[in-house]
Amino acid sequence: MMVKTEVHEELRERIEKGGAEKYHQKNAEKGKMFVRDRLKMLFDDDIDIEDAFFANCMDESLPADGVVTGMGKINGQTVCMMANDSTVKAGSWGKRTVEKIIRIQETAMKLEVPMLYLVDSAGARITDQIEMFPNRRGAGRIFYNQVKMSGRVPQVCLLFGPSAAGGAYIPAFCDIVVMVDGNASMYLGSPRMAEKVIGEKVTLEEMGGARMHCSVSGVGDVLVSSEQEAIEYAQKYLTYFPENFRSKPPVKDPIEPEQFEKSIRELIPENQNAPFDMYELIKRLIDQNSFCEIKREFAKELITGLGRINGQAVGIIANQPRMKGGVLFHDSADKAAKFIQLCDAFNIPLVFLADIPGFMIGTKVERAGIIRHGAKMISAMSEASVPKISVIVRKAYGAGLYAMAGPAFEPDVTIALPTAQIAVMGPEAAVNAVYANKIAELPEEERPAFIKEKQEEYKENIDIYRLASEMVIDDIVQPNDLRDHLTKRLEAYQSKNLTFTERKHGVYPV
Amino acid sequence: MNQVTASMAGNVWKVVVNEGDQVESGQDVVILESMKMEIPIAAETTGTVKELKVNEGDFVNEGDVIAVIE
Repeated sequence: MMVKTEVHEELRERIEKGGAEKYHQKNAEKGKMFVRDRLKMLFDDDIDIEDAFFANCMDESLPADGVVTGMGKINGQTVCMMANDSTVKAGSWGKRTVEKIIRIQETAMKLEVPMLYLVDSAGARITDQIEMFPNRRGAGRIFYNQVKMSGRVPQVCLLFGPSAAGGAYIPAFCDIVVMVDGNASMYLGSPRMAEKVIGEKVTLEEMGGARMHCSVSGVGDVLVSSEQEAIEYAQKYLTYFPENFRSKPPVKDPIEPEQFEKSIRELIPENQNAPFDMYELIKRLIDQNSFCEIKREFAKELITGLGRINGQAVGIIANQPRMKGGVLFHDSADKAAKFIQLCDAFNIPLVFLADIPGFMIGTKVERAGIIRHGAKMISAMSEASVPKISVIVRKAYGAGLYAMAGPAFEPDVTIALPTAQIAVMGPEAAVNAVYANKIAELPEEERPAFIKEKQEEYKENIDIYRLASEMVIDDIVQPNDLRDHLTKRLEAYQSKNLTFTERKHGVYPV
Repeated sequence: MNQVTASMAGNVWKVVVNEGDQVESGQDVVILESMKMEIPIAAETTGTVKELKVNEGDFVNEGDVIAVIE
């Protein structure tokens, strides 16, 4: 017995150390932590329960078979996780690696708790392919499980290193992907493979780097500069979420918003065409420091993020007039669609802040499928059955009104600020469209006066008090009262219980 | 050297800096007019405006170079 205990302890120590010392050093040089240190930092205490610690222990070179799986607590909430150990064969997947990941996913599904993926892996071990690739419980099952878990429990991916080939789909199926600048990457084929197969010469950073994915492809959601920042983001992000779709997000103690000299009223320009910074409005509406933005670097003309209003978690979707005039593009519509789905899946109320001249027009966006992507956003927004509040901050023109949860899309309320303007198009465009021939016939010196007169007429016709009188909007709220108003509405709508429709599922314009 | 590019298609409404001016990162270089909106285009780095590639009234496409900052 004595001998066995010694062997056991020796083995345990060896496995806990992970791979060879030189790989630890290599990682440290890149600012990468050892997998067990990451977990220690992530969890309230440390990993509480570890599964299959001894996986592949007969092979000395593969401690834990290159992945740690188990459970721990974050903000007091139990979560399941898998974490690649890149000191063990570059975090590659063998038969037991895959089986461990599948098992912890199954546990997360049974317990209905969040699942975290700490990814740092070179992909499949080609030498083990028959055991880990094509079979029923091969790597494909990981993705199948992810799809099955989606919307049932939060799935978070922290990307610390590469996520290559098939492995790149782990992040793709998560609710959110946090990427460490400089180290994290995602790609189906490496630069070496790209050069061999299609003759393209490209760097890893350009093709699949964190910055590219968070600002261009949109596969990444949050760009951070260090592993610690990634972990802190995940900890904050999870405070907005219930453990699964059956419960509601935790309510925190209310905190007053950050105080500024300029009030909301002074912030919003009356000239509909002049830009202002929508972040300034958001800061004045939400509890101080409660903003947790998603896709900050991607499609910046639309802001999406989680926040709290008087302690209550909300998802904010806001046009940003400071960027591209706040016009919706294919990428911003796509960004909105995913964010709306995320909030709706986990019972987080939605607040839309509309200041939008419409969807972008022109050849470039038509070829990019703006109609399809716009439809995707409108579809997700329509289907969302959480409390849905539409605030018309300034203009809401054309399909822009629709996309931002306009009255026809059954928001619980449409609130307008006095600066709101709802119309098929703005006065300039409308007068042009209606009177183009008339204007052309007029002598040039008479044109400006005529245009001005018609624009004024048009503005009167779409006056926001007229729309309130017609009950198109439910209320006109003074800008400085907006936060209090939202607080009351959010409280009142807490018991909302709506089944959107009955069917297997829609045929979405994905 | 850093290029300031148009974030979307539109007309150059106002050029708000001159060649040789010192600009800060985030400072507006030109204001486009597109979709009836004013679209400020800001420098992404701090430096000197080496070259302005557009005039007021020009049409620019998404991605066109507006200015070069050094």
